[in-house]
Amino acid sequence: MNKPVYVDNNATTAVAPEVIESMLPFFTEHWGNPSSMHTFGGGVKKHIDVAREQVAELIGAEHPNEIIFTSCGSESDNMAIRGAVDAAGGHPHVITTRVEHAAVLGPCHYLEDKGFRLSTLDVDEKGNLDLNQIRQLAMSGKKTVASIMWANNETGVLFPVPEIGNIIKEGDGVFHTDAVQVAGKLPVSVKDLPVDLLSISGHKLHAPKGVGALYVRRGTKVTPHIMGGHQERGRRAGTENVPYIVGLGKACELAMQHIEQNAEHERKLRDRLEEGILSTCKGAHVNGDRENRLPNTTNISFEYVEGEAILLMLDDVGICASTGSACASGSLEPSHVLRAMDVSRTMLHGSIRFSLGRYNTDGDIDCVLEQMPRVIARLREMSPFAKD
Amino acid sequence: MWEYTDKVNDHFRNPRNVGEVENPDGDGLAGSLACGDALRLTFKLGDDKHISEAKFQTFGCASAIASSSALTVMLIGKTVEEAEQVTNKDIIDYLGDLPKQKVHCSVMGREALEAAIYNYRTGKTLNRELDGKVVCECFGVTDKALEGFVRDQKLTTAEGVTNACKAGGGCGKCIPEIEEIINRVIGEEKAKAEEKPKPTQLQKIKLIEETIDREIRPILRRDGGDLELYDVDGDMVYVKFLGACVSCPVSSVTIKDVVETQLREAVSDDLVVEAV
Repeated sequence: MNKPVYVDNNATTAVAPEVIESMLPFFTEHWGNPSSMHTFGGGVKKHIDVAREQVAELIGAEHPNEIIFTSCGSESDNMAIRGAVDAAGGHPHVITTRVEHAAVLGPCHYLEDKGFRLSTLDVDEKGNLDLNQIRQLAMSGKKTVASIMWANNETGVLFPVPEIGNIIKEGDGVFHTDAVQVAGKLPVSVKDLPVDLLSISGHKLHAPKGVGALYVRRGTKVTPHIMGGHQERGRRAGTENVPYIVGLGKACELAMQHIEQNAEHERKLRDRLEEGILSTCKGAHVNGDRENRLPNTTNISFEYVEGEAILLMLDDVGICASTGSACASGSLEPSHVLRAMDVSRTMLHGSIRFSLGRYNTDGDIDCVLEQMPRVIARLREMSPFAKD
Repeated sequence: MWEYTDKVNDHFRNPRNVGEVENPDGDGLAGSLACGDALRLTFKLGDDKHISEAKFQTFGCASAIASSSALTVMLIGKTVEEAEQVTNKDIIDYLGDLPKQKVHCSVMGREALEAAIYNYRTGKTLNRELDGKVVCECFGVTDKALEGFVRDQKLTTAEGVTNACKAGGGCGKCIPEIEEIINRVIGEEKAKAEEKPKPTQLQKIKLIEETIDREIRPILRRDGGDLELYDVDGDMVYVKFLGACVSCPVSSVTIKDVVETQLREAVSDDLVVEAV
């Protein structure tokens, strides 16, 4: 099979060759335990420090020790939410949105089951939040812990994190943002933001799967969820995953070097892809606020056809994308994000997400633009509802 | 990623009989846009009253398209009465298998077939949704429909019901109600099995006589024999051989293989037949 046309970078990304190269010595030569007293092991620790600085630099953290390494973005989200609620004591009011990733909704619903009050904010049809609603909740006088994502993984829609953070801080709450889809795609500077906790994931920015990080602003209290070791200054026990941490650091350094150019590159490709599809495919509509989203993502619904069928036909010609269709997920429920946006029933089941990355080329877009109209026409021909 | 059989992949990638039969004799729709899949089936009968043409239009995933395509292939050449016997299980068997979360695709095939046959017989459109009270609001499945699924497919769990017709697979709010329906149907089926009414002695004797006249005598008479009912005592049936049977060396075999078998089938499994 030819190399696939990979346009699913919000799901995962290729590990950058430079990242792999940076990791290898930590399997072969420097495999010691960074906690050891001897030079062979203890010497490894400085490489973790370098990685911590690289991550801190990518997200603009003032102090490297505000970065805690974790095993993935989901762990970072769980640690932030449960850790902040636990440390707050009492029964803080938990605030989140309907369109979060499952790694945020999961712990929020767990807390709700445990008796915490949970407010889940609605979005409008473009996927945007109502800041007044947040203000009302944040100013209720009760301690709040809010977890509100920065960029939506399905639509790419960006929430106004600075404004939201200001509101939460005004009410003296703790603010966590899941920035898994933003880190490495857009410039971030947490030191200038009213954000207490911020999650990132390695494999979304060309590091391997199995490593993530949580930014914890100095002074923010988070109860550790893995205990029994001094690692990460007692905030996350367990011997460090040295090669992966080094890889994450390298990936952050690479992302930092070209962040503006990459964003521009992806935006150009994305806009060409989107325009092309809208003008050649019948019944195609973009989901989410087109003026306010990640540069690499487009989520397009196709009327009267079903997403899994589109996806498999694309797969046959080597194109890798993803869908919010129920049939592809096994859950029978179409995407909770599109439902929260009240996407019409004729289009809810036929959504496809294309998410681009730094390695995509104009040739990839040509290929998708060539295949997409054929696939949609073929499925519309079969559909009892599409009358062309 | 789903594990589809080669046959599913083939029927998805090379669907047979896509489209709409012109001036169809039967035309049926199952599913809806809101549910995420729908199938319109049209068919036409030839001069010999066999289905000569069957076509589908499907909005749905790969296994919905494959199930629809398979259904049309299975229908062509059948009479309407034969077509009516095609079940969702037959569609699954034809395709090799379907992932259990995709069984509802084959059920949609069966439902479209029912709707098309109903349309052929009555000229009307089958309106399934009005029949009963909606239990699953996410997928618009009624209590009557659920009872049908549970009974026909012998389902015992809410998960099985979800796989069969999606009900309960959305918000999950109706799962307790689905479980109640399952328990009710299982209870009813059990009661039905138990309450097969015991005939009175008089009814039993009458039924035995009728069976002898209708089923047994004609067989014996072909060989010049005959019998008559002598007495019935509880489950013991005494018969008297007549004609050629009296001297027949295998009459004891006839008693068990013909007389007793026939009577047990028609009257009661507990009967024992002896000659006097």
